[in-house]
Amino acid sequence: MDLNTTYLGFKLPHPIVPGASPLTSELDTVKQLEDAGAPLIQVHSLFEEEINQERVAVDQIDQLTTDSMAEALSFVPNPERLTFGPEEYLDRLRRIKESVGVPVMASLNGATAGGWVNYARRIEQAGADGLELNLYRVATAFDLSGSDLEAEDIAIVSQISREISIPLSVKLSPFYTSAPSVAAALAEAGARGLVLFNRFYQPDIDVEELEPHRMLQLSDSRELNLRLRWLAVLSGRVGLDLAATGGVHTAVDAVKAIMCGAHVCQVVSALLMRGPGYLATLVQELSDWLDEHEYDSLAQAFASMNMEKCPDPHVYERANYLHLLRNWRE
Amino acid sequence: MSPLAPPTRATSATVDGNEAAAAIAHRLSDAVVLYPITPSSPMGEFCDEWSAKGKANLWGQVPDIIQMQSEGGAIGAVHGALQAGALATTFTASQGLLLMLPNMYKIAGELTPFCMHVAARTIATHALSIFGDHADVYAARATGFAQLGSANPQEVHDFALVAHAATLDTRIPFMHFFDGFRTSHEVAKINLLDDDDLRALIDQDAIDQFRERRLTPDAPVLRGTAQNPDTFFQAREACNPFYAAVPDAVQQRFDQLAQRTGRAYQLFEYVGDPDADRVVVLMGSACETAHETVDRLVAAGEKVGLVKVRLFRPFSIRHFADALPAGVKHVAVLDRGKEPGATGEPLYLDVVSALVESGRPMPRVLGGRYGLSSKEFTPAMVKAVFDHLGHDDALNHFTVGIVDDVSHTSIPVDPDFSTEDDDAVRAVFFGLGADGTVGANKNSIKIIGDHTDQHAQGYFVYDSKKSGAMTVSHLRFGPRPIRSTYLIKQAPFVACHQFQFIRTRRDVLDPLAEEGVLLLNAPFPPDQLWDELPREAQQAILDKRATVYTIDANRVARDAGMGGRINTIMQTCFFALSGVLPRDEAIAAIKTAIEKTYAKKGDDVVAMNFAAVDAALDNLHQVDVPHEADSTLDFPPIVPEEAPDFVQRVTAVMMAGKGDDLPVSAFPVDGTWPTATTRYEKRTIAQEIPIWDPAVCIQCNKCAMVCPHAAIRAKAYDEAALAYAPEGFPSMDYKAKDLRGRQYTIQVAPQDCTGCNLCVNVCPAKNKAEPRRKAINMERLLDHLDDEKARFTFFESIPPLPRDAVQRIDTKGSQFFEPLFEYSGACAGCGETPYVKLLTQLFGDRALIANATGCSSIYGGNLPTTPYCRDANGRGPAWSNSLFEDNAEFGFGMRVALDARAHEAADLLRQAAPEHAGAILEADQSTEAGVLAQRQRIDTLKQHLRGLNGSSTPQSRRLLELADDLVRKSVWLLGGDGWAFDIGYGGLDHVLAQDRDINVLVLDTEVYSNTGGQASKATPIGAAAKFAAAGKAIDKKDLGLMAMSYGHIYVASIAMGANDNQTVKALCEAESYPGPSLVIAYSHCIAHGYDLAYGLSQQKAAVESGVWPLYRYDPRLADLDKPALQLDAKTFKGSVSEYMRNEARFRIVEKTDPARFKRLAKHAHDATLRRIAAYQHMAELRLSADDV
Repeated sequence: MDLNTTYLGFKLPHPIVPGASPLTSELDTVKQLEDAGAPLIQVHSLFEEEINQERVAVDQIDQLTTDSMAEALSFVPNPERLTFGPEEYLDRLRRIKESVGVPVMASLNGATAGGWVNYARRIEQAGADGLELNLYRVATAFDLSGSDLEAEDIAIVSQISREISIPLSVKLSPFYTSAPSVAAALAEAGARGLVLFNRFYQPDIDVEELEPHRMLQLSDSRELNLRLRWLAVLSGRVGLDLAATGGVHTAVDAVKAIMCGAHVCQVVSALLMRGPGYLATLVQELSDWLDEHEYDSLAQAFASMNMEKCPDPHVYERANYLHLLRNWRE
Repeated sequence: MSPLAPPTRATSATVDGNEAAAAIAHRLSDAVVLYPITPSSPMGEFCDEWSAKGKANLWGQVPDIIQMQSEGGAIGAVHGALQAGALATTFTASQGLLLMLPNMYKIAGELTPFCMHVAARTIATHALSIFGDHADVYAARATGFAQLGSANPQEVHDFALVAHAATLDTRIPFMHFFDGFRTSHEVAKINLLDDDDLRALIDQDAIDQFRERRLTPDAPVLRGTAQNPDTFFQAREACNPFYAAVPDAVQQRFDQLAQRTGRAYQLFEYVGDPDADRVVVLMGSACETAHETVDRLVAAGEKVGLVKVRLFRPFSIRHFADALPAGVKHVAVLDRGKEPGATGEPLYLDVVSALVESGRPMPRVLGGRYGLSSKEFTPAMVKAVFDHLGHDDALNHFTVGIVDDVSHTSIPVDPDFSTEDDDAVRAVFFGLGADGTVGANKNSIKIIGDHTDQHAQGYFVYDSKKSGAMTVSHLRFGPRPIRSTYLIKQAPFVACHQFQFIRTRRDVLDPLAEEGVLLLNAPFPPDQLWDELPREAQQAILDKRATVYTIDANRVARDAGMGGRINTIMQTCFFALSGVLPRDEAIAAIKTAIEKTYAKKGDDVVAMNFAAVDAALDNLHQVDVPHEADSTLDFPPIVPEEAPDFVQRVTAVMMAGKGDDLPVSAFPVDGTWPTATTRYEKRTIAQEIPIWDPAVCIQCNKCAMVCPHAAIRAKAYDEAALAYAPEGFPSMDYKAKDLRGRQYTIQVAPQDCTGCNLCVNVCPAKNKAEPRRKAINMERLLDHLDDEKARFTFFESIPPLPRDAVQRIDTKGSQFFEPLFEYSGACAGCGETPYVKLLTQLFGDRALIANATGCSSIYGGNLPTTPYCRDANGRGPAWSNSLFEDNAEFGFGMRVALDARAHEAADLLRQAAPEHAGAILEADQSTEAGVLAQRQRIDTLKQHLRGLNGSSTPQSRRLLELADDLVRKSVWLLGGDGWAFDIGYGGLDHVLAQDRDINVLVLDTEVYSNTGGQASKATPIGAAAKFAAAGKAIDKKDLGLMAMSYGHIYVASIAMGANDNQTVKALCEAESYPGPSLVIAYSHCIAHGYDLAYGLSQQKAAVESGVWPLYRYDPRLADLDKPALQLDAKTFKGSVSEYMRNEARFRIVEKTDPARFKRLAKHAHDATLRRIAAYQHMAELRLSADDV
C-alpha cells in the first residue's frame, strides 16, 4: 500500500509520526522509534520559562553565597559554567540529529519575545530540520483580551518565520474563538503547518492534604473527535499542512484523522503505553485497513471527509450541537 | 626599589593576591596537591578552575589538581611526586602549614627543588583566628626552606616566579609567603608576567637535572635512610654550600626580572633618607604602609628609613648590612608575631645577630610586635615607632596598635596622623553579605582598572556571621601606586547599601571625610529621609558638612524585575557621584560588564540589568540637609541594660565595631569566655517572621524543632503564668493527655529570627478556609516587631516545664526542653544547627562538647557573641574547639578525664560517705527523672560533706570537689564531614575503637562547607564540588557501615526533615549507649545550591529515594537475640535522579555534561539499590554472642 504523504515539505513514507514526548527526548528511544519506522522525529519542547525559572533560582543562590563570607568567597565550582540556557536541549537535539536518518523537528515553547526568536535561531543552528512552535499558555490576567493574545502569537510566528528558514509548524490549543481566522493569520505570518491540538496538564486537588496537583493523563481515542472537527473545518481551506495530535491510538483513528485532512498523525500516548515498537504495528494496520477497504493509496483517503468533501458538512458545525441537545431533551 | 612601572592596559589585570600567586604556580607545575584552608583555599580553586578548562602549564600539559585528606597528606603526596620527578606545588596556611612541617624538613634535607605558596595566617593559641600574621611562617623557619615574603599582589605575582626559579637554581625548597587576607584577598591592578617571562627565568637545565635525580627503577638509588651517631652530623652539614648560594641566586633572578619588567627588587630593600638615623625593619604587607609613611616623613624632613625584608631565610647578613645606611643610630625591628618566652621575636633576633656578626657599628636595636591576626597597621603606628625610637628611654619589646594596660608594652599612637593621597579616590561601602555589594565593587575596580591608567585597590571586610552579615568594602583609586595596606579611615565617599545599618550602627559614618558624599539606599522619599535618621547620625552629617544622596534601590530593583538585587543600581550611583570616570563612559563600561557577566544568562537578564542602570540615575536624588539634628530617633543600645557586666564592658564594644579600642586588661588571660551572649545581640535581620495562629495549630512542635536559630519556641505552662501576660499574648489549652490542664504557646523571637521559612514549610496544619495559610505564617516584621518583642520577653519569663514532667521524649516532648544553643550566626535555614540545638535540649545540662573546626565551630564559638547558653540552674554545655584534625581525640580525652574523676569520686564516696554510696553508685540515670534524682542525692551528699566542718578529712574535702562528677555526663564530639570522613578520620576511627562512652555527631553536609564547598569523601557521586567540578566520580564513603563493622559501636543515620522522631530516638539511644556512638546527620547546606527553605523536603526526598538511609544499629539488641540493625526507612519512592535534579550541585553536572550525569546518576541509583539490599540483609541478621 502506498502510504506516502508530505508534511511541511518532507516527503514521508507514511503518516504515523511520534509526537513530542519523553520517547523523543532520549537518544536510545529515538533510535528505537526510527527502527520501528518513524518517518520523522518530533523532539520534545524546549520550555523557555523553565530555563528562566531555574536561571533565576540559581542566580539568587549565586548572589546569596558569593562574596559574603571571609572563608568562602564562593560555594560553586567554576561558577561561570553555571549557565542555565538552552544548551542542554540543543546538545540533545544535535545528538539526535546526528544519530538518525529521518528529519528531526524541534519544538519550542517560548516565554518572552526575545526568547522565542533567539531560541528558534539557535535550534535551527543546532541542525533541526523543522520547528514546531508550542503556543501554549494559560491566560490568567484580566487585562489581556483574547485578541491581544492572538495578535501576540501571530507576531511571534511572523518574527520567527522571518528569522529562520526551516519549516515552521504551530501547535495550537483548542480554545480559540475562531480557529479558522487564527489559522489563516498564522499561515499569513509564515507558518507552514498546524498541529491540532495541544493537551494540557490539568489540575487536581488532594482533599486530604489540601494541595493542588498537576495531572497529565494519557489520551484515549475519545479525544480524537475534537481534532476531527477542526481538521475537517480547516482542511483544504487554509494553506497549511495539518497534523493531528491527541487521540490517535489505532489505525482506524489514524484513518479518521487523515480522512478529515491530517497530513500526519502524531502519536504519543499509544507509544508510551505500548512502547516504541507499536509504531510499526500502527503503520501495518493502517496499510491493512486501506487494503481491506480497497483504497489505492493513502492519498485517496486524504481529506476525503473534510468539510468541503464530506456528505453532510453541517455535522461539523455548531447547529449540530443544538440539534443533538434538542434530541436529548426530547 | 624603583617605583612600580605604570601599569599598561595590555598586560595589566585586576586580581587578588591569591590569584596572582596561583597564576604563576599553575603554569610552573605538573601537579598541584593541596588541602583547603583559609585564606589560601582560593589559590587551589583557581588552579582547579584553570585545569578544568584545560589550561596548560608552560610545557603544554594540564596540571593535575589533587585534593588530599589533610595538609599532612598533601605535603606527603608532594614529597612523593617530587621524588618521582614531578614539579609539584601546594598552597596552605596556619594550622595546615604546621601539619606539613615534618615533611618540609625531609624535602629540604633532600635538597629538593619545590615551591609552595603560603597565605600567612595566625596559628590558633588562646583562640583560633583565620586572619593574617607571621606565626605560621616563623614556625616553619627551622625546616630548611627558603622563605621569600611579598608585600602586595604585584610582588606576589613577581616573587612567585622568582621563588619557583630560585628553587630550581639552588635546590633549596622555597616557601613564598604573603599576608593572609591583607594581601591574599586584596584586589589590585597588577602587571602580568607572560609565558616568555616565565621561560626566561626558569632554567630548563635545572629542571632536567631535577628529573634526572628522580627515583626510578631504571637507575635505582635509595633515599630516606636511617643514619647513626657516626654519620648523621657530618651529612647534615653537607648542605651548607647550597644555602650559602641562595641569596645571590635570588638576587640574580630579581635583577633578571627587573630587566624584563622594570620592577626591581632587593633581598633587603632600603627606602628612605640615605642619611637616616632611625630605621624600621619589617616584612610582609606592612612594608607598604611603612613605605608610604617613610615617604611622607622624609618629605617632611625627617631622617628616617625602612628596610623591607624579602628573603627571610636564608638570612643574608651581608645583604642586610649593605642595605642599612651607614649613619643609622636606632633600629626598630617589627615582628608580626609573638614568641612567648623568647628573648625576642624571630626577625628581631635575626637582625640583632646579623648586626653583631656584620662587624659594623652597632646601632640601638628595639623589637616591637604589631598586627597580630590582621590587626590594623597604619601610618600613624609607623610614625609612632619612629617617634618612639627617638626617646632615650624607649622601651624594648614594645607593642604598637593596641593598648597594653597590663604589661605596659604599648607605645602611644597619634590617631590623627594620616598619609592618604589627596589625589586618590577613596570610597567605603557598607553592604549585606547577600546583597552583592562586594561583587559589584570588585567589578568596579575591574572597570576602572581596565578603562584608565589609574592604580586600583579593593579590600573587603566580612563580619563573623553567616547570616545577615555586614560587609565593608574599601576601594582606592589613584594615579600613583597604592601602598595603603590598611583600612580607609577618611573616605570622601561612603555608601550604605542597607538602611538598617545607618539606623543601628554608629560606625557607618566614622569613615566619612569632612565634606564627603554619603549615599544611602533608603526605602523613603528624599524629603522624608532626614527624619528617618537617628539624631546622632544627623549630627555627624552636619558636623562633617556632608552631601547626602539617596535612592530607593530596592524599589528600583523590584521595578526592573530584579527582585532584591541592588548591586548594579548602587554601583551605577557610585560612578555617577564619585566622578572616578566620566559618567557616560562609566555607564557604558557598566553595561559592557553586565553584558559580559549575563550574556549567558539570557537577553532578558541583560535587558533587565540595563534597565536598572538607567533607572538608577533617574532615581538618585540629593537630600536637602537641614541645619539642625532634630530627629526623634536614637541609636538603639548595643546591648540591653540587663546584660551582665562583661557583656557591657567587652562584648558590647566588639559588637559596636570598636573591639580595637579594648585594652589588654579587658580580656580573659587564657581564652575562657562566658557562654550565653548571643541573646544580647538582637540583630533583627529578618524581613518577615513567623506569626502563630493558635486557631489552626495542632501542637506538634515541629516548627520549634526545625528552627536553626532557636528563634521559635514552644512552652506548656500553668495558666496562672498568664496573669502578667501582655495584651494579646496568644495561648491555647494544651490538648494531649500528658500535660492536660496547661496552656500552650508557640512564640517567635522576632529579633533573632533570620526569616528562613523552614518553620512554615514544616508546619503540617493548614487553615481549612484558606489552606495556603498554616498555623504559622510569615508576615512583615515591621507590622509585628513591637508586639512580638513584648510577647517574647514575657514568654521568656514563663518557667519551662520541669525536665521530668515531659513524659515522652519525641519531637513534641523534646521541644519543651529549653534550647541551650540559641541565635547562632549560622546561615539562614542552616541544616546543621537544628541537630545541635536538639542535642542541647536533650543533654545540654550535662554535656561537654568537643567541636572540630568548621562551620559548627564558627557559629558555635566565633566572637563577639556565642550561642551556647545555660538553664535556670546555671547548667549548660561546656564547649571547646581544639583543632580540625584532632577533635575525636580531644573529645575522647574529655571522657578520660570525666571517667577518672568519676572513679575517684566513687572510691572516695565508699571511703568517706559509705552510707550514701549504694544509692548513688547504683542509681539508674538513664532517664530525666533518674538524673534529677541523682542530682538530689548529690545535693544531700554535699550538704552532708559540708556539714562535717571540723571533722572533715582530706578525702571528704576532695569528695566535695568531685561529687558532681557522679551525675552522668554526656560527651559529644561534633564536627562536619570534612573532619569525620577526611582529616580526622584516623583519630575518629581510633576513639570509636575504644570502649569509652563517647557520642559522635557528624553534621554531614557532604562537602567542606566552611571553606566554600570543596569535595570531601562524603560528597555523593554525581555532585559537583570544588576539586570535583565535573561531578564526583566515586561513591560516598559509608562511614556508618565502617563503624558497624566493629560490632560494639552504636551507629545511626538520621535526617530530621524525613523523620524527626527517628532523629530524637537515635540521639537518645546514642547517648544512653554506654560505649562509643556515631550519629550521622543529613545536613542541607547552601553549598548544595537551592533555596534552603526547602531543605527539609529535600531531606525527605533523599530518604524516599534511598540515597540517604535512616537506620539505627544498636549492639544492645544483638544481646537480646534481635538484629542489631533497624531500618527506619523501608519503602522507597521517587527516583534518585529526580532527587538529584533539585540541587544545583548535581544540575551543574547535568547541564555541562549530560552524558556524564546520566552515567553518574545511574551509578548513584545502582549503588543506592545495592546499599539498601545490603542493609536489608543485615537487618535480618540475628547474631547473639552465643551464635558466634
